[in-house]
Amino acid sequence: MTASLLRPKKAGPDAPDRTLWLVAYTVLTGLLLFLGTGRLTPSVQFSSIVLSFVFAAFLGSLLLAYQWRANGVVKVLVGVFVLILVVPDIGRGNGSFFDLAIQMCIFAALALGLNIVVGQAGLLDLGYVAFFAVGAYLWGIFGSGQFQGIVKSELPFVPLGVIDWLIPLLLTLAGVAGYLWMKAIDRAHPGSLKPKGGQRAARAFTVLLIVIGVVGVLVLVATLINAAITSYYNGQPAALSALATGINPNFFWLFIILAVAVAAIAGVLIGLPVLKLKGDYLAIVTLGLGEVIRVFANNLTKYTSGPQGISGVTTAPVSVLDRLAGALSFPPEQFKLFFLYFLVLLVIGVVITVNVRLSRSNIGRAWVAIREDEIAAQAMGVPLVRTKIMAFATGASFAGVMGVIFAAKQQFISPESFTFFQSISVLTMVILGGMGNIAGVILGAAVVTLLNLSILTALSETLQAVPNFNSNLDPAKYNRLIFGAILVLMMLFRPEGLLPSARQKIMMHENDETDPALDSLNDDGATGGALGAGLSGTGAPGMPDVTSPGQATRAENTPMDRTGGKQ
Amino acid sequence: MENFVTGILINGLLIGTLYAIIALGYTMVYGVLQLINFAHSEVFLTGGVVAFEIFRVLSPAPGAAPGSGMNPYLVFAVALVTAIVVCGALNILIERLAYRPLRNAPKLVPLISAIGVSLILQDVIKLLEGFQGRFQLAVNVPEAFTRTVFKVADTNVKGIDLTLLIVAAVMLFGLNRLVNHSRVGRAIRAVAQDRVTAGLMGIDSNRMISLTFLIGGALGGVGGVLFALKFPNLDPYSGTIPGIKAFSAAVLGGIGSIPGAVLGGLVLGLIENFLGAVSGLVFIFPKLTFLEAIKAEYKDVGAFIALIVILIFKPSGLLGRNATEKV
Repeated sequence: MTASLLRPKKAGPDAPDRTLWLVAYTVLTGLLLFLGTGRLTPSVQFSSIVLSFVFAAFLGSLLLAYQWRANGVVKVLVGVFVLILVVPDIGRGNGSFFDLAIQMCIFAALALGLNIVVGQAGLLDLGYVAFFAVGAYLWGIFGSGQFQGIVKSELPFVPLGVIDWLIPLLLTLAGVAGYLWMKAIDRAHPGSLKPKGGQRAARAFTVLLIVIGVVGVLVLVATLINAAITSYYNGQPAALSALATGINPNFFWLFIILAVAVAAIAGVLIGLPVLKLKGDYLAIVTLGLGEVIRVFANNLTKYTSGPQGISGVTTAPVSVLDRLAGALSFPPEQFKLFFLYFLVLLVIGVVITVNVRLSRSNIGRAWVAIREDEIAAQAMGVPLVRTKIMAFATGASFAGVMGVIFAAKQQFISPESFTFFQSISVLTMVILGGMGNIAGVILGAAVVTLLNLSILTALSETLQAVPNFNSNLDPAKYNRLIFGAILVLMMLFRPEGLLPSARQKIMMHENDETDPALDSLNDDGATGGALGAGLSGTGAPGMPDVTSPGQATRAENTPMDRTGGKQ
Repeated sequence: MENFVTGILINGLLIGTLYAIIALGYTMVYGVLQLINFAHSEVFLTGGVVAFEIFRVLSPAPGAAPGSGMNPYLVFAVALVTAIVVCGALNILIERLAYRPLRNAPKLVPLISAIGVSLILQDVIKLLEGFQGRFQLAVNVPEAFTRTVFKVADTNVKGIDLTLLIVAAVMLFGLNRLVNHSRVGRAIRAVAQDRVTAGLMGIDSNRMISLTFLIGGALGGVGGVLFALKFPNLDPYSGTIPGIKAFSAAVLGGIGSIPGAVLGGLVLGLIENFLGAVSGLVFIFPKLTFLEAIKAEYKDVGAFIALIVILIFKPSGLLGRNATEKV
């Protein structure tokens, strides 16, 4: 009985009601957590390593609330209790838990964004962190003293010469002409512009013109924005000196919205040239583009201050929340974390809703279709490029928003935060949790963030205290080893992740029967391993989920249409 | 002006040769398994670490009297052989443990496994060296390799450059003999073409795949030793960027094609060196000040943009055959 209790599994309608167990677990781990942080009796405190595990176990109650069949009201209450009451209260005593919870939410949103690209649309993007960087630098530059330096370097304002706007305008027109020409040829001789068709030279030329046109538009827009900003600050030293701590912090809200748009545009721009490529080529090119963004962040010193990074990034002041935090006797230095914590909760709620709704819409189905078989999907009328670009842009926009919040939380950003390894960490979250499954991805993000920021650092603290410990062996230095081991072991033994979606699970074990050697490696999942329930074999319970992906990830307590979207 | 161009050409060709050797490891594995062996960049770096250790132990310390210690070329030979053995064995081991069980899985699965292996190897190298407090590995390169042998239009050609060219030529010749003119090579090509049919013809495809990994690893090891001598400051992560570029070179030349990998490596080396030198053009054309904005660091950007452009306009690469997908 206890053994089956410890296996969290998505409960069917005939599963036993576990409301009491859920409440008992939440209360018990909550008490342990209060005891461990010394809030019950100051004399008792757990060591940091035990405390991280207790915190993880306490957050596990959210997972159990999702997995178990229990009273809906109780589930909501557990959620409120954990997220709104206990985490801020623990954070009040120990700011690092606040920090940890915010980081978890940020990475969960990143993982959810990457899940759309990798998990749903099946496009392996290894440069995902580039979009995170776009968001972070967007607010980092404007929300800190950096912007003042840029404006100063452009002053005094020189009115635009004819050349300044005429050349980009001409380039833009050339692009438009190229596009129109392409359309004209296509109308006159349909199909002749296809890559393998007759008019290769004409096609190459029109594509060249269009590329030139895009560059022209970008240069033109940049020139105009530059002129507008410098002419505004020209001769206004008061306005300029007010920029010492960045633009008005209330613009933070605008930049959150703006980051969605800018990151989505970046996603489209990066996506357009590379989405024609097949799986592994796409992986290497996105990896390269991720590195390109980092190289730019490192070298455009005027805008990004290069490797030193930007410090002093501000956040919006929310006096209501500050007063509330003050009334709840939070120390003033935690007001910001208090505000950001509720902000990320809000944003992650929005992200999850968007994710759930999208995965059940016809776009979500198109993503799954191109993941399973591009050619078949195309034959069924799924527009390949548009669908892939949608996936790229949606994933990118989540990363952009979280980039803004990340910059505001860290108050400091540098290219170090946006390396290839970061992209891989986010990928690890998606894979560990279960590609394509929203709850799984959040679980993966929580586990990896906990491991990285809490358990490993606590472990290294504990080991440092051991006499004669060789500090070169500090486990926090070897997180790549751990992430790599997670990736390889998951791929070998449980490629569908900890909380797989029904479809992924079947896909990943499709070939098992044909290869006995492989079967023996994978039978963990097939014979009802830790989380596998009801879906192995050809049992009827699994089938409806496969034919209707909308149900596969249906969250509890959310009365949504089960038809998978009617639009 | 001529000196400027010769400098770019010579350095570009040298770097390009290095990329070509590394790219061969990628392209051969891709040829038989259609898998990007992400771990190859670490296998190649392992070669560099082997060179570091061999030169640290066998070569005289920088301040020692001349003539003491082993002959530098002998040490180099020892390093090459050790690297070939270590990296070949490592590559076979990786294939056996991390790729073979996944051969029938969906395509992304072994790819992600390869990324995982790459991360593991980075930290294993870091652990092995870091255990002794060494996180930056400065290779003790003997003077024989850093000495300028001769000059071509103001560009110094050093001992290591000549060694690099000779070793690369020997390796390429040997590889060509092995792959195109031997029974084993024919078997490898057969497996690359169609694993199942090759199996029906009596070829043990698992053995041939292992052999391919052995050859790829050995080439990576040689590349690593040469890389360590040419760029003597290594750290556990310095394999990644050359690895990605070498893979780009393989794609540029047409993945799966051995002459393609060599051509791609050379082209990429030239492109990269040219971009890295653009800001230097200001000295020749003082009026074009905007060239200064193109810093040498942007050469990595150039490599990737070249890759994207090639993939868009000629997805099969410079020497690759066009493959039409049958449904």
